[in-house]
Amino acid sequence: MALDRWIALAFITLCCVYGYAAFFTMDDSLPPILRRNPIWPSTFPKMLAVAGIIVGLMVLFGPKTVKADSPAKPADGTMDIAKLREYQIIPALALVGLMLAYAMALRPLGFLGSTTLFLMLGAMILGERKLYILIPVSALAAWSIWYLVQEVLGIFLRPWPAFMA
Amino acid sequence: MIEGLLLGLAAAVTPFNLMMVVMGCVIGTLIGMLPGLGPMSIIAIMIPIAISIGDPASALILLSGVYYGAIFGGSTSSILLNAPGVAGTVATSFDGYPMARKGMAGKALTIAAVASFAGGTIGTILLMIFAPALSSVALLFHSAEYFALMVVGLSAIAAFAGTGQVGKALMMTILGLMMGTVGEGALSNMPRFTFGIMELQSGFSFITLAMAMFALPEALFLVMNPGRAATGAGGKITNLRISRAEARTIAPVIGRQSIQGFFIGVLPGAGATIASFLGYAVERNLAKGKEQEEFGHGSIKGLAAPESANNAACSGSFVPLLTLGIPGSGTTAILLGALLALSVTPGPRLMIDEPDVFWAVIISMYIGNLVLLMLNLPLIPYIAKILTIPRQYLIPFILFFTLMGSYIGQNNSTELLILVGFGVIATILRFADYPLAPLLIGFILGTMMEDNFARAMQLYRGFDFILERPMTLALLVLAAILVVLPSYRARRARLRAAVVADGD
Repeated sequence: MALDRWIALAFITLCCVYGYAAFFTMDDSLPPILRRNPIWPSTFPKMLAVAGIIVGLMVLFGPKTVKADSPAKPADGTMDIAKLREYQIIPALALVGLMLAYAMALRPLGFLGSTTLFLMLGAMILGERKLYILIPVSALAAWSIWYLVQEVLGIFLRPWPAFMA
Repeated sequence: MIEGLLLGLAAAVTPFNLMMVVMGCVIGTLIGMLPGLGPMSIIAIMIPIAISIGDPASALILLSGVYYGAIFGGSTSSILLNAPGVAGTVATSFDGYPMARKGMAGKALTIAAVASFAGGTIGTILLMIFAPALSSVALLFHSAEYFALMVVGLSAIAAFAGTGQVGKALMMTILGLMMGTVGEGALSNMPRFTFGIMELQSGFSFITLAMAMFALPEALFLVMNPGRAATGAGGKITNLRISRAEARTIAPVIGRQSIQGFFIGVLPGAGATIASFLGYAVERNLAKGKEQEEFGHGSIKGLAAPESANNAACSGSFVPLLTLGIPGSGTTAILLGALLALSVTPGPRLMIDEPDVFWAVIISMYIGNLVLLMLNLPLIPYIAKILTIPRQYLIPFILFFTLMGSYIGQNNSTELLILVGFGVIATILRFADYPLAPLLIGFILGTMMEDNFARAMQLYRGFDFILERPMTLALLVLAAILVVLPSYRARRARLRAAVVADGD
């Protein structure tokens, strides 16, 4: 089964969970006075769940889409699952991990420290090894962005680690 | 209209707003040139900055400057490197890159700039004529019609998604609508689908979603596919002049494609990409003999056509946004989100309640086009230097700006985890060839759609509004036709293909 059909299946499952919540559990907490309304908070979600299941089934069991040779699809701009093996998956996954780590570190490490580290490690994942360029560039970039956001735009960003401020 | 223009002039021509236009155009050009960062990602990144400005007119001026700049920057990298930064400029590379290979990069850039300028300006004039007219019709609409109109808009986006894509686009639209229902509904302040998680109480943040849907998958794709991030200086850019004869050749092309591009841009879901491809195809068919053979090998007509069409389409896509409050493309959906965050509700009332915002945007489009022509043309050889930044430096910065876009202003790192999670899901969806713009449009329209639906239901005590209001019924029937027609035609084409195969 192709990836798009698996996604359709996952979508139908999601619609079922969503629909179950809309049809059976959501209205329990509705106060009696609101029950006299023609529209409940669950009305729209119910419609969406039914429509979602129908469309999902259509995609799941629909005919195989033949890739038309349309000019609207530039060959190198689209992601192609068939070429997955040629793609460099590991650095991409490493960068996703790095972003998650950055999200976790932002509060305890402060903006300046975590951003410098993020930019440095990101470049190193992609193969840069010249630390004497990398460290000043990342530190300078982190500081100047912090300065722009905090001082020029006036949006608060905690610069230093949590224990220092 | 004249007094509106004067009002717009007064609002837009302040030193601060002029600075915003220039800044927007320059930033848009710089970032739009980078492969993998389209106008949607750039606008999404700029939104927190625009919101912090506070004044809706200035913010919108900045964002539309960025939008225009990004399209222009995209054509620069298409011409110099054959690496379009934006889908809307892919057609530009068909003839622009061969021209650059022949050593006429300067001339190609000039033609692109002039064609963009003309397309943008003609598009804006048409916008000025059509928007108020459409807006006065839209004032007659009630919530029932609004609901129906949004259904039409969403179905049209699915219908124009391309062969075999209608089902997938519809699926993404519904997913977006479903995500829009998470959090406290407007009807009763009852939290829905939050699973008891505090952070979901106010729903998903639309900036986070926009970043996750567009910026992150593109950036990850750049990492996975190093060939896409082709960097290098390209050819030397010299001799920016075009001759009088060349100007005469491209003038009718620019005129035709500006008008055609505008009307394609007005259609929901079509947008700059389709406008540029169609413009290219139409001009190739119109050209005769030797000129037609030149298409694809550095024809100046083939370069002017998509460039004027995509800029005119950008102006066109503002029509449904400003008059109906319904975005027709991913980019205008993001602009709508920005406007809502600035507590401006686009729609037919915008021109009456806040005429200065409306007209300031129109004026700023003229100024933006002018700035792009005057500022970028002489500076383009220097701006193109950004293409020489090595990708191992570029990509961490792109990722960092993506993260910052959703972090700034919220100071909430849970938002970042949501962003990365959705970004990974969006990348998988892209691999399976699911279009993501319908998801975002559905998400943004979801709340408005439910509000209008609820109002109609309450007024008519149930679903009767569909039958009692002929316009609503007509719109809903139109929506049904839009969805069914492409699948019917695809089915017929399949049957015919099967018959032919049997006959062999």
